[in-house]
Amino acid sequence: MINRQRSMRRNPILREVTDLLITPILIFALYVQWHGDYGPGGGFQAGVIYAAGIIVYALIYGLEPAQRLMPPSKMKYYVAGGWLLYLGTGFLAMSQGGEFLNYSALHNDPHHGQHYGILAIELGVGITVAAVMVTIFYAFAGRRSQ
Amino acid sequence: MSMEFFLNVVMLLMLLLTAIAIIRSKDLFSAVMLGGIYSFITASIFMILDAVDVAFTEAAVGAGISTVLFLCTLSLVGSDTKQATPLNPGALIACGLCAALLIYATKDMPAFGDPDAPIHQHVAPRYLEQSIEEVGPPNFVTSVLASYRGYDTLGEVGVVFSAAIGVILLLGTGNVRGKSKPSKKQDENTEL
Repeated sequence: MINRQRSMRRNPILREVTDLLITPILIFALYVQWHGDYGPGGGFQAGVIYAAGIIVYALIYGLEPAQRLMPPSKMKYYVAGGWLLYLGTGFLAMSQGGEFLNYSALHNDPHHGQHYGILAIELGVGITVAAVMVTIFYAFAGRRSQ
Repeated sequence: MSMEFFLNVVMLLMLLLTAIAIIRSKDLFSAVMLGGIYSFITASIFMILDAVDVAFTEAAVGAGISTVLFLCTLSLVGSDTKQATPLNPGALIACGLCAALLIYATKDMPAFGDPDAPIHQHVAPRYLEQSIEEVGPPNFVTSVLASYRGYDTLGEVGVVFSAAIGVILLLGTGNVRGKSKPSKKQDENTEL
């Protein structure tokens, strides 16, 4: 895949279409992330779509520019950070007097509490999933050039 | 209804044909591409069944990411298959028996879409009727996944997390930055 990249970058159709698509893909990922409680989607789908945007960029422009954008050495912090955000939301609910992951305790109005809790854990899911997908892609694609 | 029935039949036939094509394909590259098509048809079937969230995931993960990962793997190991082994009668009988048993077992299942099916009588009515009041979001799939079943989702994210840790431990972080420089730095992958 990596040795095909130089020719893929020189292909004007692929390059232009990719340039056109990457921004909408990333914005759509954010839309799916924050709109999950009103429409289909949520953190998992948003994370996968975001990772797909990065992977398309890496396929056309090469692994190195993509890794300048999202350094592989930093990805592990996102992988762990998203999950910790999820856990932290659960423990925060406990510290407010509710059960673990009972978001109603996060706010005086249980509905607001549920809303904040769901937004927080979906963000955690999104961060972890996006980072995991990009990490796995890096691990596979990066072996070629060794 | 008849239109939907027609669509279902066409989609399932396409699914069947794609599966046969995957089995018969000699070239792994085309098998991977057909796998992507298979996922996409599955996503369309989920769409028809009104399971939009599942369709979304299937299209993004099945047709998108896993196809790319398969292609990455093929670029490492090549896309030639081994010589096909001749038909093994024992395996054929075993598969046939299993299939017959599974088809026989479907006789005991409730009819497709039956509202009286046990799975629709347990917690589903509460999710449908009370989730707006208890949790809030209009999309109750989100309410179920994020709030009612928060523990499950936490565990799922844990599984995804451990997948990444496993891949990093086995294959390294795949860092290629600075690799093109003449300095031979082999331990770049062990920086974890």
